[in-house]
Amino acid sequence: MDITKLTGVVAGIATVLWLGGSPAGAASAAAAPVAQPPAAPAAAPAAAPATKPAVSAALLNSKWTADHSQFPELQKKFTTGPEVTKACLTCHNTAADQIFRTEHWNWEYTDKATGQTLGKRIIINDFCTAVTSNMVHCAQCHIGYDVGGDPFKKVGENVDCLICHDTTGDYTKDEYSFGNPSDGIDLEKVAQKVGEPKRDNCGACHFFGGGGDGVKHGDLDSSMSDPSRDEDVHMSKKGGDFACQTCHETSGHQVPGSRYAVAAAPTGGPPLRGQPIDAKHPATNPETCQSCHSDTPHKQEALNEHTDIVACQTCHIPEYARGGQGTEMSWDWSTAGKLDAKGKPFTKTDQNGQVLYATSKGTFTWAQNVVPTYIWFNGTVRFTLPTTKIYAKDAPIPINTFEGSPTDGKSRIWPVKVFSGKQPYDPVYHNLVVTHEAPDGKHGGTAFWKYLKWEPAIAAGMKDAGRPFSGKYEFISTTMTWPITHMVAPQAQALKCRQCHSSNGRLEQISGVYIPGRGRDHLWWLELGGWTLVGLTLLGVLMHGLIRFIVYQRYVSRRKGS
Amino acid sequence: MARVYLFKRFERFWHWTQAALIVFLLVTGFDIHGTYSIMPWHDAVRLHRFGAWTLITLWVFAIFWHFTTGEWKQYIPTTNRLIDVANYYAFGIFKPGAHHPFGVTQLQKHNPLQRLAYLGLKLFISPVLWISGLLYMYFKDPFTAAVVQPIIHTFGLTLGFVAIVHTFAAFCMLLFFIGHVYMGFTGHPPYAYVKAMITGWGDAEEDPAAQNEKG
Repeated sequence: MDITKLTGVVAGIATVLWLGGSPAGAASAAAAPVAQPPAAPAAAPAAAPATKPAVSAALLNSKWTADHSQFPELQKKFTTGPEVTKACLTCHNTAADQIFRTEHWNWEYTDKATGQTLGKRIIINDFCTAVTSNMVHCAQCHIGYDVGGDPFKKVGENVDCLICHDTTGDYTKDEYSFGNPSDGIDLEKVAQKVGEPKRDNCGACHFFGGGGDGVKHGDLDSSMSDPSRDEDVHMSKKGGDFACQTCHETSGHQVPGSRYAVAAAPTGGPPLRGQPIDAKHPATNPETCQSCHSDTPHKQEALNEHTDIVACQTCHIPEYARGGQGTEMSWDWSTAGKLDAKGKPFTKTDQNGQVLYATSKGTFTWAQNVVPTYIWFNGTVRFTLPTTKIYAKDAPIPINTFEGSPTDGKSRIWPVKVFSGKQPYDPVYHNLVVTHEAPDGKHGGTAFWKYLKWEPAIAAGMKDAGRPFSGKYEFISTTMTWPITHMVAPQAQALKCRQCHSSNGRLEQISGVYIPGRGRDHLWWLELGGWTLVGLTLLGVLMHGLIRFIVYQRYVSRRKGS
Repeated sequence: MARVYLFKRFERFWHWTQAALIVFLLVTGFDIHGTYSIMPWHDAVRLHRFGAWTLITLWVFAIFWHFTTGEWKQYIPTTNRLIDVANYYAFGIFKPGAHHPFGVTQLQKHNPLQRLAYLGLKLFISPVLWISGLLYMYFKDPFTAAVVQPIIHTFGLTLGFVAIVHTFAAFCMLLFFIGHVYMGFTGHPPYAYVKAMITGWGDAEEDPAAQNEKG
């Protein structure tokens, strides 16, 4: 069996479902104004348009003022991605420079609160661990084309406009392509039908983060392409039919709402659209619930009295992974490398096709309809960096820590997914390691997914990262925390009071706040003393009454007898 | 002994309405507290708030009534014959034919033990429930939080402390309630006191002055 096929099983689901999802994408594309084909399609190309093709009524009724299919710049045979981008940039001549300022391009981010330098390029997580030496594979989710060399180099024509702006669903990138488009795509057609991103455009990467459908987030997976109303009341066609950017309202290609800098406790009412951003009107995060719903959205005042310490998500996302697709709950790299009876790598899946074991990757567990973990969270996330010292005695090592407390005045109770990992680290230098995993023909036969040997794979990865490796490795347990903020359920499915206002309820572990109805907030001696006295009093009056009754009966019978 | 009109119409209305409200508040209150769950939690909260405000309104009227009629004097504590009464409930009551050491009159319709118990209810249990309950209820109300929270925090207290005080007073109320209901059935015949509280007419000394001399 071809090793590439095997090693790519988890990630492969991404591509398969992406392609599989395209009919739905195409259907919705037909409804969208930009995608409406002109009356006379590609029949008469650039040559000499004697009769101008009619613009569709849908497009005329839309907010857009351009029909890309009529631009001569796009009426040519494109053979590579950069050729298309060059055409885009002839009109959109600031777009590339905007892109170069985004996390989507740089995969690097400096956290203002912690001063930490973060981003995919930097951190080591507990999924595929690190991109450093693995760009052959990871670049399928980079919004750029690789033309050899540094994929993050700011070259305008290397920006991949189409991965976000394709409306046909035909545009894909292969797994081992360094981010270049798959073969056989009609780039001319795709370029002529560009438009605003759809759920599937963002989903191509964000539904499949971590190498497969639903692996990372828990609240984002392929079911969110066309979710039921119950799964996501905003994004469902039977609900708001939102695109991602309806909330993550983008400006100058900057997409707000990164999980690196979560607006954990936004306050105030909805921002006025069009209001200038200045000291008096600080920038608001349009992706927060509050930016549309305000922080007092309930008819019942008692519910509004929760919003200063409870995030909307806590009650309104009762469970995550609710769309029929599971999310990965753990990944144990330490079991990787087993071979079957014939000495070959193998893969074991469950009835849903979710990978339970893969020789190249290790053991996985999955779960659906998961009740979140609840924590105090103030928006600050601190990471265990590649250089952070870690020790076995402190395991599990938190890849990231969500900060917050009941007393800092900035925190709310948030739902999160806590993922468990087990991955290699350097027990001599005491740090996480970069493993070279994806075979790219450039690392001299060290790629772990193919050659299944840890030491050379780590050595190659750490060499690319420019950091020392002692030559020794051990496995260490880790955790990673993910905010749960998508998959907002309809009102009727929000949590009921007693799911928190009770003992052993959803918020049993939350400290620092008195929750009426929760036993751990009671004084045990008051409860014990109170009920004991109640019992003794009841017993006392019963005894008293009984003696009165007996005495009276005796008195009556004695009088009868005498 | 004769039939005397002891409890006036408002007094009886006040007593029985308060009794019903206290039962209602105990049932909904311990439901909110998490002792049991017999209704949706938000229903328990709504009903408890409604019951609390009804009872507070009733108290305002009752306080007015007590002062305008001078009936508040019925609750002035006394040690006169206190031990006798206590002895009667502990021992005498079991002796057939034994008489209650305190003769009720229109001007002294509560025995010294009752005076103490009811004074405790009116000056301690009820006010503590009332104050802690209002602080609890309005701790997070947007119109009152700015006043209520500083009050609580000034004393270095927390919502949890307020809730625990409220719970403590609720236990006191429950203990009073059990004792009071039982004592209501210690007349002759056993239901005599209850009947008096319903009709207003009870057995009492005809001439208060004569009774006091006898005692």
